[in-house]
Amino acid sequence: MSAIISIRDMLVTYDDFAALDHVSMDVEEGESFGIVGESGSGKSTLLRAVSGLEGFNSGTLTVAGKTYSGQSRTKEFYRTVQMVFQDPYGSLHPRQTVDRLLLEPLAIHGFTDVDVRIARALDEVGLGAGFRFRYSHQLSGGQRQRIAIARALILEPKILLLDEPTSALDASIQAEILNLLEQAKRDRGLTFVMVSHDLGVISHMCGRLAVMKSGKVVETVPAQALENREFSADYTRQLLVASEGFSRG
Amino acid sequence: MMMGNPSVNMTGTTEAPLLAVDDLRVTFPTRTGEVTAVRGVSFTLGKERLGIVGESGSGKSQTGRAIMGLTAGHAKITANKLEFRGRDLLSMPKSERRHIRGKQIAMILQDPKYSLNPVMTIGRQIVETLKTHEKVSGAQAKERVIAMLEAVQIRDPGRVYDLYPHEVSGGMGQRVMIAMMLICGPELLIADEPTSALDVTVQLDVLDILDKLVSERGMGLIFVSHDLRLVSSFCDRVLVMYAGRVVEELASADLSKASHPYTLGLLNCLPTIGSNRHPLPVLDRKPEWSL
Repeated sequence: MSAIISIRDMLVTYDDFAALDHVSMDVEEGESFGIVGESGSGKSTLLRAVSGLEGFNSGTLTVAGKTYSGQSRTKEFYRTVQMVFQDPYGSLHPRQTVDRLLLEPLAIHGFTDVDVRIARALDEVGLGAGFRFRYSHQLSGGQRQRIAIARALILEPKILLLDEPTSALDASIQAEILNLLEQAKRDRGLTFVMVSHDLGVISHMCGRLAVMKSGKVVETVPAQALENREFSADYTRQLLVASEGFSRG
Repeated sequence: MMMGNPSVNMTGTTEAPLLAVDDLRVTFPTRTGEVTAVRGVSFTLGKERLGIVGESGSGKSQTGRAIMGLTAGHAKITANKLEFRGRDLLSMPKSERRHIRGKQIAMILQDPKYSLNPVMTIGRQIVETLKTHEKVSGAQAKERVIAMLEAVQIRDPGRVYDLYPHEVSGGMGQRVMIAMMLICGPELLIADEPTSALDVTVQLDVLDILDKLVSERGMGLIFVSHDLRLVSSFCDRVLVMYAGRVVEELASADLSKASHPYTLGLLNCLPTIGSNRHPLPVLDRKPEWSL
């Protein structure tokens, strides 16, 4: 196994505030890596800095053997890495049809057999051809998130960055989307980096996870450690207690 | 607790329940016809904690809003009975309803970022609530607000009194909202997803505070949420809603005895630590559930 994403000493600052404070992390090829933490812990910033939506001030980032810095990413990078965002209501263009939304990445990367690919992408996320010429406001939250996943998968990337992909969805829809993601991962041998505040979701999806707080990685543990309570940081325990729900006493 | 037979109190004499709802319907006219968000909800509530659970669009929030009297103006509300302490809420004059709203029935909303007034200090907006319903002097009001902020475990309440909502965190904002709703000592509190916008680590603190205050002050509570497990750990009794109707009513202790396929599906589809189910079971929505 080799690391497909390798992050060393990554630093992201906004004025004097360090959103990411010298974070290092390795994600192996083919694994699902989870990142948990409360809001403001830097977990989303980490994904945004990897994907180039945010620049990083110092440190190194190596993805699939290529090294990147700052905010510049090559076209090839985006063939390898795609991202799915939290809010399916905010991440699809409101005035573009599904067809147009899925065409854009194909056009940018110079694909020619677009018709076939769009039809196949919709099919893969469980939406029929009937959805192809709809606008996003004509879709439910779960359907929108399926479109967002189709848009990410249509370029056949190796790595998917998932930023709270199900936290805006109902529990029953969440189960459907998680199953869809797992299916896509199996079929295509994808690598997942998944951010969530829900330890249940992370332990279901991921093999390893990093716990973040105040821009730092508190600890990295295998997912089984949550079940067996084999972790050392007190903060991890706090998150675990919080995820178990309310109890009187 | 007055579960099961809410019209009989401890001494055996009968009195009106805190809230009686019978066949509540909320209908919105739209360009393409009428949409009925709540379709015949009935329950009675004593001094107990009632949870209303459902997914988006199930009508759970609209039920809460109809009781509070906050439904959008163009909507049509009908009910055989919507009574608070034996008084009909639908037929009473608006001014009387205003006296009840905030004083006897209060409501905590989901997100403090959007439901606190951004251009008014926290202290001033709580004082505003208090002065609307009670005749108190300025100094007394401030004293009571600070005591209330202390009761929701805000450290240094004197400082927070002069802050604006954007200057406090989400968890603290939600405590401020709880303080504002409890300052007049309501008899019925409706909490609509009070912790869904908060961080997991903060949620428990806020629930803890809410739990203590509700039991200390002996209020009736309606807790509206999408989270079945959370609600059942917090409430005495749970109504499960689907497509505007109550599909199942359960005592929280009997959650494991749930029988409606929708309730079972909701319980099953959550990924949990330690359960290894790939793929997760998904809800198979039957059209007859929404009949």
